[in-house]
Amino acid sequence: MSVTSLPARGPSVKAFNAHLAWRKTVNVVMLSLTGVCALIAVSALFFILGYLVYHGGRDVNWDFFTKLPTPVGESGGGMANAIVGSGKVLLLAALIGVPIGLLGGIYLAEFGGATVPFIVRYTADLLNGVPSIVIGIFAYAVAVMPVHHFSTLAGGFALGVMMIPIVLRSTEEYLHGVPRSMREASMALGASKWRTIMSVVLPAASSAIMTAILLALARVAGETAPLLFTAFGNRFWSPGWKQPIATLPVMIYTYAVGPYDDWHRQAWAAGLVLLALVLLINIIVRAIMSRGMSAQRS
Amino acid sequence: MHTSAKRDFGNSGLPGLPRPPVTETLVNTQPGTAPATSVPLRMQVRNLNFYYGKVHALHNINLNVATNRVTALIGPSGCGKSTLLRTLNRMHETVRSSRLEGEILLDGEDILSQDVTRLRRRVGMVFQKPNPFPKSIFENVAYGLRINGLPATQKGRLADAVEHSLQRAALWEEVKDQLHKSAYALSGGQQQRLCIARALAVDPEVLLLDEPCSALDPVNTAKVEELLFHLKENCTLVIVTHNMQQAARVSDSTAFVLTGELIEFRPTPQLFTTPSDARTEAYITGRFG
Repeated sequence: MSVTSLPARGPSVKAFNAHLAWRKTVNVVMLSLTGVCALIAVSALFFILGYLVYHGGRDVNWDFFTKLPTPVGESGGGMANAIVGSGKVLLLAALIGVPIGLLGGIYLAEFGGATVPFIVRYTADLLNGVPSIVIGIFAYAVAVMPVHHFSTLAGGFALGVMMIPIVLRSTEEYLHGVPRSMREASMALGASKWRTIMSVVLPAASSAIMTAILLALARVAGETAPLLFTAFGNRFWSPGWKQPIATLPVMIYTYAVGPYDDWHRQAWAAGLVLLALVLLINIIVRAIMSRGMSAQRS
Repeated sequence: MHTSAKRDFGNSGLPGLPRPPVTETLVNTQPGTAPATSVPLRMQVRNLNFYYGKVHALHNINLNVATNRVTALIGPSGCGKSTLLRTLNRMHETVRSSRLEGEILLDGEDILSQDVTRLRRRVGMVFQKPNPFPKSIFENVAYGLRINGLPATQKGRLADAVEHSLQRAALWEEVKDQLHKSAYALSGGQQQRLCIARALAVDPEVLLLDEPCSALDPVNTAKVEELLFHLKENCTLVIVTHNMQQAARVSDSTAFVLTGELIEFRPTPQLFTTPSDARTEAYITGRFG
């Protein structure tokens, strides 16, 4: 690959070839480095997954999904109540976080002048940075103290508050990504601003926003701190919405710090189930979205 | 069948719109602004001043848009011709801090005091870059009908109206078997004709075109120009273009805009052969712009 002749006025052949070799080396090294880092990023997930499967795989069985925790000292049992509990708390969180975040994001992107959006955006970013344990204390003060007991509602409220800034900021960002010309085309046909947003702008950004909502859900699904003193925990079924409820993250925490080997194994299993559920939600919704897309296209 | 469906739609599908014929013939006494014309006027711009914040973008514009004619606005980039076009269906209102003074009349009525939705149904717009919605071809064309209240239950009429609009935009033959495919599957030129069909679907009296061919190749440009020629039978067209040959080919009268002022407005052949203003002559002979 080396050069044997060069124009007279350029560098010498030897110097050119040496420099060329150096440039090629840098290229190869940097390309490999980016590849290795990408691999590390991906392998982190697989490492965690593998570790969970190794330690908890044996204990993920039918009983785990269908039975209540057994009394201390008795082996077996499952975490059916915590799985359902996590589902209920997440449902509440979504009911609070998605509409507020979505509509707030629409306001930021489509309406508002200069000052109000700036304040809202800044506040949302601050809220996003508030440690989850502080959100927990807030939810405790607002939703637990007044009624004097822990509840599903309080847990859902805490996670919902955490979801708001994530959904809001990503909605805003993705709506900004929709070209202005598309809005103008709709407005020029006599559509109102709201109609334009609902039937043109939102659909154009829907799959991105949907993904953001899911990521926000997945993110809060694993939160433990805000649930410790809101949803609290429960070794039994929690009917309705007004009683303490078991959730997977809190269960993992309780079992992992407990003194029994049996509990430790169950904690691993719960971790595996939690991760699997989050991945499953992701995959299912992506599948639905892509089918919706192709139905629109073909 | 299409014509009848169309007429049926126009008369009873949507609230009937009064279309008083404005036949007054304006011989504008201001120098170099408007040609004497014996054609009824669809739109009149009177003493229009336009500001973006503190920037005075349009200075005292007077312009008469003749019915069923093509009026071209030419001028160098940034001269305000697009701004002028956008005031005609109040699209300028999407820009905050914009301010408009003066009068714009559509069929003798001031558009600034009208309901903007109703105005934009009568004065449609086609943009510089093809901007179809992320929907099917059919839904793109049907959009304007749906938002203007054609009930979704009347599927047959909707389909007829969509077909008719696509035919008017000379796109029907190319897309009739793939109406439910995404509009993004079309080529750029087809997308632009789809956007024209979308604008035509609500049967506007005036169609504003903002450099509609600037993103198209010569073949598609020719198709769109051909289309404009047929469209003016039923529709009044105002086209912004920076392509002077295009203005000469498609328009009946041409306005030359320079730094926010309307320099000269005359029948196209006269403007291009015997411009009365030195600046017009300099521009059309390619000495600047």
